[in-house]
Amino acid sequence: MIWASLEILFAVTTAASALCWIVRQPRVAEIINLAAATIDCLLVGWLLAVTPSSGVRGFGDFLRLGPLGLWVMLCTALVYFLASLHAIGYMRRMHEETAHLNRFYGMFAIFALTLFLAPVENNPGLFWISIELTTIASAFLVAFQRTAETIEAAWKYVVIASAGLSLALLGTILFYWAGTFTLGPSYNMTWSRFAAIAPLANPGLIFFAFLLVLVGFGTKVGLVPMHTWLPDAHSEGPAPVSAMLSGALLNCAMLGIVRFLEILKDTPEHTLAQTALVAMGALSLLVAALFIVRQRLVKRLAAYSSIEHMGIMAMGFGFGGALGVMGALYQMLNHSVTKSAVFFGSGSMMRAYQSKRIAGIRRVLDAFPVAGLLWLASALAITGAPPFGIFWGEITLLQGGMASENRWAVVWTAVLLVVVFIGFLSHFRRMYFGRPPTRTPETAFHWTELAALALAVAATLGLGLWWPASVWAYLRAIAHHLGST
Amino acid sequence: MPTPSLTGLTQAILDLIAMCALLLTFVMLGSHWIRNHILAFAAQSWVLAVLSAFIGFSGHYPALLVIAGLTLLLRGLVLPHLLVRILDRAHLNREFAPVLQPAMSVAMGALCVLLAYGAALRLGQTVDGQSPVTRIGLTSLLAVVLIGFLMLILRREAVSHLLGLLVIENGIFLGSLILMPGLPLLLEFVVVFDLLLIVVALGMFVRHLRAEIGSTDSRALDRLVG
Repeated sequence: MIWASLEILFAVTTAASALCWIVRQPRVAEIINLAAATIDCLLVGWLLAVTPSSGVRGFGDFLRLGPLGLWVMLCTALVYFLASLHAIGYMRRMHEETAHLNRFYGMFAIFALTLFLAPVENNPGLFWISIELTTIASAFLVAFQRTAETIEAAWKYVVIASAGLSLALLGTILFYWAGTFTLGPSYNMTWSRFAAIAPLANPGLIFFAFLLVLVGFGTKVGLVPMHTWLPDAHSEGPAPVSAMLSGALLNCAMLGIVRFLEILKDTPEHTLAQTALVAMGALSLLVAALFIVRQRLVKRLAAYSSIEHMGIMAMGFGFGGALGVMGALYQMLNHSVTKSAVFFGSGSMMRAYQSKRIAGIRRVLDAFPVAGLLWLASALAITGAPPFGIFWGEITLLQGGMASENRWAVVWTAVLLVVVFIGFLSHFRRMYFGRPPTRTPETAFHWTELAALALAVAATLGLGLWWPASVWAYLRAIAHHLGST
Repeated sequence: MPTPSLTGLTQAILDLIAMCALLLTFVMLGSHWIRNHILAFAAQSWVLAVLSAFIGFSGHYPALLVIAGLTLLLRGLVLPHLLVRILDRAHLNREFAPVLQPAMSVAMGALCVLLAYGAALRLGQTVDGQSPVTRIGLTSLLAVVLIGFLMLILRREAVSHLLGLLVIENGIFLGSLILMPGLPLLLEFVVVFDLLLIVVALGMFVRHLRAEIGSTDSRALDRLVG
């Protein structure tokens, strides 16, 4: 049953993509894509309920469905659904491209497919391939509009991400090499095999390989200083694509780092590896905070906020311990839905005001009482204000940090979170309360844009008001499995 | 190969082939004609095919013979052909504004090799004692990867960046052939497939770069900052 529903998930997404290319009707394509996203969402929800906590293997030894992978898939499915909903109204307003919209949805479904594939891969090599495929699929989406800026962003994205990922490949095959000393020249490469060989292998080699993987997947996660592609790609793509990049893709890449950290859990280098991850997260947080304060473009603001949150998540996983990991995972889910809302709002407002600049958007509430309020709520949520979900993720993760070796990072994070809060919201203050805008915005929002925004804000508010006991237990089981008690 | 049992001759041939592959990266570093780079890349891929056939024969890894064929076909013929097509469509023939003169690039490449040798010596010693196979494998792996990154840094043309990525991949492939000939065939297969996708995708972007920005020089890509 579990594998059947996973097969259905892949089949539905593939079929949706193929249909979008075949029918050529934008209006039909958007419905097909939304239907596929809805089905995917329901299937992942069902899988979450029925999959045993020890995980299941299938398709030979190639796929493995476990709680951690499912959690990442849940984030992807939610963002895919919300983004597909938002895309309907948003993409229709992109008048210059309406003729090719079926291609957009076809590619969008392929992108989602690669994102669903990565978390279930049981072979680190194939996991790497899936992540590389996400790069190619999403690059076409970023460049969908064919302007000088989008082409530049897509080009930088592919070159930087591929160069970074080649280091992750190097790290992966060095792990394999470390295993050949105990298992012989040829063996089946799986995550659990790697975990079994790590304690027996040479610690120096294992740590070297881990650093390569950290830098490699860290490029895709957007950890500083390999983050340079991220603000460009996130800010130049259409808003639904930005939401997918930020809310789904970054998590999948982070999963790679977490899995390799898990492999090291019984080695003497584990603490050092954790500290490396925390240090990288701390640096990301610092750089993101500085760029947020001085930002002048709306979507780049949201993009740097993604770097900030991935940095915080990296620290959570690096802190380890039950609370660190659970906080990071809760943060992952909340960041996915909240950042989607921030991008939806930014994209729609940019369209309405015909400006990418923060200075071009003024008096939002005068023109958009409902959407403006929702967007403001999402901005509050993303800075970590209660009562939204991210607040709980961050608090839990920092509690985990207090119990870890890297207590300095807790103070560091607390200070920088205040900087981000002030910087981020002062931009919003100017957009909401400044002088009246020079040109009146075009107020026709499509209902799907509003619905996606409202659903995402409601989700993060709900998760903030109530962290269900079953979710707590679920995350606790993942943390336990990752070697944290 | 953790415990290599190679005769002197096999070892010497292995060294020779690996050095050939390494030298070909210097051909790419030293010339500013992009067509030469592509030819050198193709030649390097053929050398890699010979290497994998050789290791397949001498070490009894039948899968490596398949890989040799695949390498010859995809890395040695299809990829260079696609690259030449991109070059022709974009009307490019040389690197017009190199950051460094060829001699300086080659000198930096030599530094990379020294660095790689030092690292390989240390890492090889802790991992595998004094095995010469480990040393040559790690040295060529790290050296070619480092030079690939050097090409990414020093070159301005979009197509040269693409070649830099491919050289990095070739370096990883070269090292993995020598160090772990038992690496599953599947992995090699999908990596090559993936390279094809990247080349096709970037090839399309090169056309758009030309159309929208009017240049394939990476210095023209300066709109997105901050």
